[in-house]
Amino acid sequence: MAECGRVDSNTSSHTMDKSITLPPDEIFRNMENAKRFAIDIGGSLTKLAYYSTVQHKVAKVRSFDHSTKEAAGDKLYEISVQEEVTARLHFIKFENAYIETCLDFIKDHLVNTETKVIKATGGGAHKFKELIERKLGLKVDKEDEMTCLIKGCNFVLKNIPHEAFVYAKHADSEFRFQTTNPDIFPYLLVNIGSGVSIVKVESEDKFERIGGSSIGGGTFWGLGALLTKTKRFDELLQLASKGQHSSVDMLVKDIYGGSYACLGLTGDLIASSFGKSATADKEFSNEDMAKSLLHMISNDIGQLACLYAKLHNLSRVYFGGFFIRGHPVTMHTITYSINFFTKGEVQALFLRHEGYLGAIGAFLKGAEEDNPNQYSWGENYAGSSGLMSVSPDMNPMQRARSGTFDMLEMDRLDRQLVNLPLLQDPSSYIPDTVDLTEDAQAREYWLSCFEEALDGVVKRAVASQPDIPEAAERAEKFRQKYLHKLQTLRHQPFAYGSLTVRSLLDTREHCLNEFNFPDPYSKIKERENDIALKYYEKAVKSLEELSWEDRQFALVRGVLAGNVFDWGAKAVSEVLESNPEFGFEEAKRRLEVYPGSLLQGPPHRCALFFVDNSGVDIILGVMPFVRELLSRGTEVVLASNSGPALNDVTNSELHILTERIAAMDPVIDSALREDRLTLVQDGSSSPCLDLSRLDKVLAMLVRERQTDLVIIEGMGRAIHTNYYAMLSCESLKMAVIKNSWLADRLGGKLFSVVFKYEVPAGKPH
Amino acid sequence: MFPSAAFPWFGMDIGGTLVKLVYFEPVDITAEEEQEEVENLKSIRRYLTSNVAYGKTGVRDVHLELRNLTMCGRTGNLHFIRFPTQAMPRFIQMGRDKNFSSLHTTLCATGGGAYKFENDFRAMADLELLKLDELDCLIRGLLFIDRVGFNGHPECYYFQNPSDPHSCVKKPCNLGNHFPMLLVNIGSGVSILAVYSENNYKRVTGTSLGGGTFLGLCCLLTGCETFEEALEMASKGDSTNVDKLVKDIYGGDYERFGLQGSAVASSFGHMMCKEKRDSISKEDLARATLITITNNIGSIARMCAVNEKIERVVFVGNFLRINTVSTKLLAYAMDFWSKGQLRALFLEHEGYFGAVGALMELLKTSEDL
Repeated sequence: MAECGRVDSNTSSHTMDKSITLPPDEIFRNMENAKRFAIDIGGSLTKLAYYSTVQHKVAKVRSFDHSTKEAAGDKLYEISVQEEVTARLHFIKFENAYIETCLDFIKDHLVNTETKVIKATGGGAHKFKELIERKLGLKVDKEDEMTCLIKGCNFVLKNIPHEAFVYAKHADSEFRFQTTNPDIFPYLLVNIGSGVSIVKVESEDKFERIGGSSIGGGTFWGLGALLTKTKRFDELLQLASKGQHSSVDMLVKDIYGGSYACLGLTGDLIASSFGKSATADKEFSNEDMAKSLLHMISNDIGQLACLYAKLHNLSRVYFGGFFIRGHPVTMHTITYSINFFTKGEVQALFLRHEGYLGAIGAFLKGAEEDNPNQYSWGENYAGSSGLMSVSPDMNPMQRARSGTFDMLEMDRLDRQLVNLPLLQDPSSYIPDTVDLTEDAQAREYWLSCFEEALDGVVKRAVASQPDIPEAAERAEKFRQKYLHKLQTLRHQPFAYGSLTVRSLLDTREHCLNEFNFPDPYSKIKERENDIALKYYEKAVKSLEELSWEDRQFALVRGVLAGNVFDWGAKAVSEVLESNPEFGFEEAKRRLEVYPGSLLQGPPHRCALFFVDNSGVDIILGVMPFVRELLSRGTEVVLASNSGPALNDVTNSELHILTERIAAMDPVIDSALREDRLTLVQDGSSSPCLDLSRLDKVLAMLVRERQTDLVIIEGMGRAIHTNYYAMLSCESLKMAVIKNSWLADRLGGKLFSVVFKYEVPAGKPH
Repeated sequence: MFPSAAFPWFGMDIGGTLVKLVYFEPVDITAEEEQEEVENLKSIRRYLTSNVAYGKTGVRDVHLELRNLTMCGRTGNLHFIRFPTQAMPRFIQMGRDKNFSSLHTTLCATGGGAYKFENDFRAMADLELLKLDELDCLIRGLLFIDRVGFNGHPECYYFQNPSDPHSCVKKPCNLGNHFPMLLVNIGSGVSILAVYSENNYKRVTGTSLGGGTFLGLCCLLTGCETFEEALEMASKGDSTNVDKLVKDIYGGDYERFGLQGSAVASSFGHMMCKEKRDSISKEDLARATLITITNNIGSIARMCAVNEKIERVVFVGNFLRINTVSTKLLAYAMDFWSKGQLRALFLEHEGYFGAVGALMELLKTSEDL
């Protein structure tokens, strides 16, 4: 049974007009553009979902029209900040006690009059139907609970990386997140509400309730309340976590005196739950009884889940429902039970956004005409609360301050994201090189590193908007928000899935965007591009004068030296700030480069090049390299970011730069015109690279061109991510270590070079 | 006369909650034997056969006695006696007082207690136990009793029309050698075995939600003290005041998933609500506990039967003693959820097969000599 309608005994509570402790406009965000509402009302929590549009600033670059306008002056291109409207999904979870207050707030801020209905699901939906209709003037349209649950589950599994995790209480990191697998079906969903429903999901539209049990969360709660006189579910779990079940349960050793060895049953195994309480002359503590009850129910559910998984030959089993929801205690007992009954063959999986599934599903039902499944969505780290944000076990203080609101925001991405077709094994691909959730030392370093860099980022953000007086204030808000995220991550590294350098960088970008700093580096990038362009012809000419062998060497050296110019790296930004004269030639001198074997042998058909920084990097490092590839008859696809991140070159900037270079260089010019050089966007706005979430157009092009070489450049893309990525074609990962801690860790020096050329097994070069 | 084990013939199964003892009382004793019979052997026989209750808690299930049974060439009556495992120390004490060790018999024991109390038997009563595996004994004893029958009647029965309370009737049948069968032994906990022949079986799984759970929870919830009391209360109660049914949530059937409105959605689900907790009767609680445990065992047994591809499910164990609520519910659950594919079978000597199997081991050992 799904979470069914039940409101705690103090039924009057939902009418009590408790004030919300957080300003509601920070919770129900973008309400003025909200449309399409859905609500999932469970036994104690309400989940509200709505679709809204967010107007935010984006940085645009536009080439000056040189034929008509001489006003271009010394400016390379025009940078403007424009308003753009993007779609966002908002999900908010709060206690049922706040429903009325929340509905009032929504009513006051609801401008959009097209909205006529609100989709509703969950057992409490009928109870509040009248209230919702009266307050909002919307018609409540009920949707089947299980259908919503499954729809929601499919959606989060497909769109949120690191959605599912394995729980291991005694491991270094309790949460082990699963890599996103594009094939999410088939799976088993075990929903533990008041009863248990076991649902087999085979495709987007095909699912079946294959079984269930009446022994579920309601049994724990109801029986627990009878036995211990404790009213609240959370309190019962607290009791259970303190108890000793062996005083109540009859264990194998109580019967055998030891283990039942020939059957492999250990002495500590429970032979009979509550077997010792069949006596009138003994008192049992509430803690012990609650613990025994918790084991009994968890084991029973685990056993049934295993029997069904075995019968239907399914290995992915997700657990949800209010019994599980964010409770480490129940996640642990269920995990234990599954391990016991399947001898480790099946893993119990849990979901970060399990509490939202019903609301997401109900929302999707209502939004079917918008066809939300045709888009890719991304979790917005700035607007989402992390896992366990309201968990009483994790945050006892926060629990006391009742009325904590948990939020999830998802941005509709402009482009549909897919796997790079050249990944050797998409299901085992992990973008990130180091999982900071598991590596405490690295975690400590990077969290401090990002914290220390924050001042600089704030300064840069303010400087990027010199004409806007309130920029300083916004920048300060950005600082607070990001600092808060870092603090949360310090205590709960698992809050947004596996903590990685990539997630730290992406979170910073999300927070910057949140406060309308879409591109703090736009002017720096422009200036550096401008300077670098001036040297382009000279650089190309000097390369052409070299012998073939010397040139190959110089080209690699050039890419790497260019890659030194990176405002994202602390060590470099310090050099660049203090010594503006620091130049390309000096960088080249500092690097120790060994010649690569890359450009020997027969030419490749097509090379896919993921580029990194603007300025010297792209213009004096990458372009001459590209030029050489083209001259050898290799087609080149240059992949750059769709949106800004640090000083990385964006796709629109690269278009302008390439045109300018083409005007100077016939090799580039003809390649552009003949389509041998193609510029594509990668679909991301991150200084890192996730090869499992790339623009669909890029993937198509890669396939069409029969790409046989992938070049990945820069720390963010080739070291923090993709260092271990296995591709099905030749690949080259190039970067300069611009971080002394990382250099230490990798056993090198600051400004050491990473040059990793890989040929997949079985493919001779 | 065949050489046979020296009297007295006992088989013992020491479980988590109950000790089951079978005693073979020879009725073909010759005058010569009678003369040779030592005094304490006589006194044991007299004590066991002339009483139906032993101490405060020992009981002889007279209605189960197998009369004029031939075992190992001897004719006699097989008596079925049980007492709580808690009384084990007193039982061992008695063994010492009656100087049992002088009788030179082997005490064959199975169940976990055979291991747990082995040292006590040795230290307190100078008795060596022959320890036997409980599942081996269970299967051997069960097949033997089914073979010899119950005083001319079949040992086994099932319920005809289990899905219709009005026409549901108990029908005798023979278990015979129709393998495979799924054997569900419900004692304090539950073991589920797939049996392919007398000597070929495997333990499929088990659950800790068994008879001990029913009684343990009932004691905590109602203050009762015995299984009989708990069952008596359960027979008068109404579990729908305690359990939340599908119709309590959906107003009727949950058609999307083919769930009847009368199916239990959440055991003890109504008890989440304080008002309902405050007004619930002990009888209703006892009933709900019984229904919850029974349904759960039925559900696991059914899944195992499907996974193991076995159609006959045999339920044994003392949880089923004087417990027609559970036997009928199990029969119904097997039939309903399998759409008639599975049949639940029961045996009259519910919990005694382990002890019988232990006795057979005694006779077998002596034959081997």
